Amino acid sequence: MSVDKATVKRIANLARFRIEDERLEPLAGELNNILDWIEQLSQVDTDGVKPMTSVVDHALHWRADEVTDGGKRDAILSNAPASEFGFFAVPKVIE
Amino acid sequence: MTDLTDLTIAEARDKLAAREISARDLTKAAIDAMEGARALNAFVTETPDRALAMADEADKRLASGDAQPMTGIPVAVKDLFCTKDVRTTAGSHMLEPFTPPYESTVTANLWANGAVMIGKANMDEFAMGSSNESSYFGAVKNPWRLGDTDLVPGGSSGGSVAAIAARIAQGATGSDTGGSIRQPAAFTGTVGLKPTYGRCSRYGMVAFASSLDQAGPLTRTVRDSAIMLGAMAGYDAKDSTSVDTPIPDYEKALTGDIRGLKIGIPKEYHSDDTPKEIEALWQQGKEWLREAGAEIVDISLPHTRFALPTYYIVAPAEASSNLARYDGVRYGHRATLEKGDDLNEMYEATRAEGFGAEVIRRIMIGTYVLSAGYYDAYYLKAQKLRTLIADDFHKAYEKVDVILTPTTPNPAFAVGAKLDPIAMYYNDVFTVPASLAGLPGISVPAGLSSDGLPLGLQILGRAFDEETVLKVADVMEQAAGFTARPGVWWK
Repeated sequence: MSVDKATVKRIANLARFRIEDERLEPLAGELNNILDWIEQLSQVDTDGVKPMTSVVDHALHWRADEVTDGGKRDAILSNAPASEFGFFAVPKVIE
Repeated sequence: MTDLTDLTIAEARDKLAAREISARDLTKAAIDAMEGARALNAFVTETPDRALAMADEADKRLASGDAQPMTGIPVAVKDLFCTKDVRTTAGSHMLEPFTPPYESTVTANLWANGAVMIGKANMDEFAMGSSNESSYFGAVKNPWRLGDTDLVPGGSSGGSVAAIAARIAQGATGSDTGGSIRQPAAFTGTVGLKPTYGRCSRYGMVAFASSLDQAGPLTRTVRDSAIMLGAMAGYDAKDSTSVDTPIPDYEKALTGDIRGLKIGIPKEYHSDDTPKEIEALWQQGKEWLREAGAEIVDISLPHTRFALPTYYIVAPAEASSNLARYDGVRYGHRATLEKGDDLNEMYEATRAEGFGAEVIRRIMIGTYVLSAGYYDAYYLKAQKLRTLIADDFHKAYEKVDVILTPTTPNPAFAVGAKLDPIAMYYNDVFTVPASLAGLPGISVPAGLSSDGLPLGLQILGRAFDEETVLKVADVMEQAAGFTARPGVWWK
């Protein structure tokens, strides 16, 4: 499997990166190098092998379903690039 | 006062307890060393005022008799542990303006123990790298040099190890996803311990690959590693993957007695590409442990060679999900917008500006392997390989107590020497398999290369058996008698 410029553009869109057109070709090359190298995994027969979902075998803790934290609006907004009226501010999304 | 910076954690602890030295003097010496070593670029943020205030608190605790093992010990904190009111960048332009309003659990545990923070250590951007060259704040220089050539300290915990090797801090926090504690420790002649996944809380650590990330200590000795891990570890309700199992007194595990323990030597870690001197050091390590009464057992970990490509599916996949949070809305960098730019253009410009090349490459790979039509071929396949790799270790540990391997396939290399990503990834070829299996591992400085650079040997253990790992590491450290130090050129 090999990625072309159109695929790189599609992935960049999924990952929300602005990528200039002249970068698409070199980036496709870089990604193909890595993907070609990863391809060796297809040699391994994994039929019937369970995919790992948890690396350490342990049961999760239970806790009561109650609010234990909150009331930190100003602390949360303190790092926002833009905020107004106690909210995060973003470019207009509704006409 | 410079000799104070030479003290190990254990020595400093004993002198502090005996009131032979004060935490303030010890901290002042660390601050002086930090300020005198700016040529290494080991710190992103220095916190001398906070350090002195913490040292004064430590002196009060010492005077009142309620000191803990790390009380008054100067520590460097890798810049991905959130520290309340102290900027935390993860080595990225994206988080350059980020000042957390909360504290990570690992650092909170250290401060509760009385440790003193002297600054935030430089690192590869979002911990993605093996040379510390991907930091937005510039490469860290290894205190060890080859003539006049600057070398990398390894990565991603490059600033942390530089601070230890240059005798700035007594201890440093690191994080290890595929080798980011052990590889830089090997490159700098220091001790780096990656605990079992779940041993330390990940709460407040800037996430890279959540199923692999684990915090651990970087120190100058195995004993110090044992002391510092005890002050970092523990169950935390804020991290559901942290494990509620008792924290033993790790220092007590250092009995010096490894008679009868079985040491596994995995044949797959032999490679024609590995330099002869590293193979020779590995042989020497076997001899040291045999002479101490351990039994050497040949073992096989058949899927070893698939670990690195498996890692480079799993880790980028998780990174692409974790790093989706950097959208320029809630914290971190936001691109300057043109008039009329919409929300999507803000996301795309912010992320293109905020992330460096390696981070973008890994997010792209991760997004691709998780995308519709490719998930089964890549991600699901990798999760199955991960099961096979972990099973290799489980089977091996039915026969042996620990496993001995080299830490890295090469000593530290020159800044700018490895430009190809895959060549860079091979630095972690010996450390990644245990990461995928969630197992503890330590790198111990064991000898010098023919060029006079430090080389490390790695000891891997069973899940939550850091005690045996530390016990064997301590014996090997004594046998190796590694006392070499870099010449001081950075002042």
